[in-house]
Amino acid sequence: MTWEYAPAPESAAIANLKPSYRMFVDGEFVEGAGEPLKSVNPATEEVLAEVSTASAADVDRAVKAARRAHDKTWGRMPGAERAKYIYRIARMVAERARELAVLESLDNGKPIKEARDTDVPTAAAHFFYHAGWADKLDYAGLGPDPRPLGVAGQVIPWNFPLLMASWKIAPALACGNTVVLKPAETTPLTALVLAEIIQQAELPPGVVNIIPGAGDVGAELVNHPGVNKVAFTGSTEVGKVIQSALAGTGKKLTLELGGKAANIVFDDAPLDQAVEGIVNGIFFNQGHVCCAGSRLLLQESIAEEFLAKLHARVSTLRVGDPLDKNTDVGAINSRDQLTKIQDLVASGEQEGAERWSSPCPLPDKGFYFAPTVFANVTQSMRIAREEIFGPVLSVLTFRTPAEALAKANNTPYGLSAGVWTEKGSRILWMADRLRAGVVWANTFNRFDPTAPFGGYQESGFGREGGRAGLEAYLDV
Amino acid sequence: MGGTTELTDVTRDEASLRRFLHGLPGVDAVGIEQRSAGLATRSIKKASKLWAIDTAISMVDLTTLEGADTPGKVRTLCAKARQPEPGIPPVAAVCVYPDMVATAKDALGGAAVNIASVATAFPSGRSSLKVKITDTEYAIAAGATEVDMVIDRGAFLSGRYGQVFDEIRTIKAVCGDVHLKVILETGELATYDNVRRASWLGLLAGGDFIKTSTGKVSPAATLPVTNLMLQAVRDWHEVTGQHRGVKPAGGIRTTKDAIRHLVAVREVAGEAWLTPDLFRFGASSLLNDLLMQRRTQLDGHYSGPDYVSVD
Repeated sequence: MTWEYAPAPESAAIANLKPSYRMFVDGEFVEGAGEPLKSVNPATEEVLAEVSTASAADVDRAVKAARRAHDKTWGRMPGAERAKYIYRIARMVAERARELAVLESLDNGKPIKEARDTDVPTAAAHFFYHAGWADKLDYAGLGPDPRPLGVAGQVIPWNFPLLMASWKIAPALACGNTVVLKPAETTPLTALVLAEIIQQAELPPGVVNIIPGAGDVGAELVNHPGVNKVAFTGSTEVGKVIQSALAGTGKKLTLELGGKAANIVFDDAPLDQAVEGIVNGIFFNQGHVCCAGSRLLLQESIAEEFLAKLHARVSTLRVGDPLDKNTDVGAINSRDQLTKIQDLVASGEQEGAERWSSPCPLPDKGFYFAPTVFANVTQSMRIAREEIFGPVLSVLTFRTPAEALAKANNTPYGLSAGVWTEKGSRILWMADRLRAGVVWANTFNRFDPTAPFGGYQESGFGREGGRAGLEAYLDV
Repeated sequence: MGGTTELTDVTRDEASLRRFLHGLPGVDAVGIEQRSAGLATRSIKKASKLWAIDTAISMVDLTTLEGADTPGKVRTLCAKARQPEPGIPPVAAVCVYPDMVATAKDALGGAAVNIASVATAFPSGRSSLKVKITDTEYAIAAGATEVDMVIDRGAFLSGRYGQVFDEIRTIKAVCGDVHLKVILETGELATYDNVRRASWLGLLAGGDFIKTSTGKVSPAATLPVTNLMLQAVRDWHEVTGQHRGVKPAGGIRTTKDAIRHLVAVREVAGEAWLTPDLFRFGASSLLNDLLMQRRTQLDGHYSGPDYVSVD
């Protein structure tokens, strides 16, 4: 008996794709003076739309607009009034959820089910949550009468385009700041639809400005003297450049950078659910997740049995058309990223790790990479140390809890970690000692606006989300 | 989990059995429910939906287990089982109380439909072993080709695993070639850990199928519980090479729900289980919804409940 699922594609027309998109400055959509960019659908390699980008003068205009908006309206507005606007954005994101999900899937390559069930609802949740804070900042435990910082320059990555934009904009607005945000070069579209929502929500002009472009626009923005606060999510490499550029400028900075998270499975773990958690940890969003559980630390006594279960499960992942509702793993976001993944996988093979890739069929066109698991990985290999940012899992083994801990912490990163055991005391013991901003116990990749998120060491600093996340946008 | 020989060892005595069952990996409730919810989002369309509907029809154990059952009711049920609708092949089985088996046999008249009888003091299982054996023998003598027994949940919950094991063994011996389904009554076992242990107990004792529920206790079949039992038969196959079946029963009333279960069969246990030999639905009203949805698929529009027979 064979039962193949018939294709169940979500209609691309729902995305209301336009041939061209413009940047959003001072409450209006305007042509940027930069070289327009073409956003590509990574699943088909076809151009989706042309997007105008900002020049240095446009960045200056956006920052000045944000300054005016801050000084004249937004910064002085009572919190309860700001909240109304932010609630309105939240509701409009939820209303246009389907359109945003399809557009996100087209532009990013992520499976529609993830865009639909995670990205968009969580984006709306961030606006809802932070709207609630706007008139309660005095009670956030950050001291009396906290003030906004001013203009926030925000630069976000391509892995969760709409979610990252919401994650950045919502707390900034709730705290009374105004925003200039640069979406990633390969995924600018949903941020510009969010701009449309912001315009329809009648936010005062200049409160939010969205300026597409490449790294040079980002550099222009973070270095602009009119910016009071910089928030960056992206690579550790760029994060370091930003930090040194900002040294001594008095600008406040939060960085959310790379990771090489350990997902640690003890022999007393709920094994079937641990398999699910490992799969979710590394193959969610094609592994394009800074907190991905890219290192599986497996207690040696169950390694063989567990790997067999893992291979069996990974073989059932459906890789292909991101718009198909049954697709589990979509397209790699860009050719550059695909090449980077291929290079690191080749290094893993050269350095002697044992490669296993899912036998799943891959589409002929588009950027795809089969889910891959490396066994017999050692701490010294590149695939155990460097962030791959793709659907590639490195499996290492350990003998004792102390050894698991030592290996887990043996990384310059420290964004997240997972612990799988039925023993509560062990979870607490590990969580106390793991140097990671988020430690998940018997689950992984759970996101919630009420929970602060952020890293240690080269994974960055500052927290986003929750009460702690407000501090990054307030003068306290 | 070792090989078949080790499994003989684990059932040697009460202590070994307890050690084995308590040594099974735990089940994380949040995790298994999340996974089940994920499987439930599969979108099954067009040809794959029709295939699923036809397969689900062939897997139905069409059931009536009422105090009010009469020969007339059972005969109507059997007619529906033989021919759910003109041109549609029969369902897997009818499922009745032991005293209705003879009526069912007569009404089916040699059609390719199994006669499943509940037995062993169904649904509570609260009687002597002697009564349970007699109950089973009675059903088989009357023509049952399948027996759906209940485990002693009281014994299980008080940790007397050996007693539960022996009872299943004994009934299996009474059954001989007659197909034995072991009802765990997962709604009374309450935790997923218990469901996993009871599943293994049923498999170790020789049950051909493990079945979720009697239909008399709520919750009956849920997707996470079926998912967990499918994991058990998959693990059993890995250790022993044998295929054993799973039957969710009670609470599955819609095609959508049935298809979600089939998705779990395919993705958790594997395609080999997509057959009435290894997967059944214990249901009554489900069949009519399957027939209605089947028509909708073929006609391209919904016809309504007056176009299927109410039996």
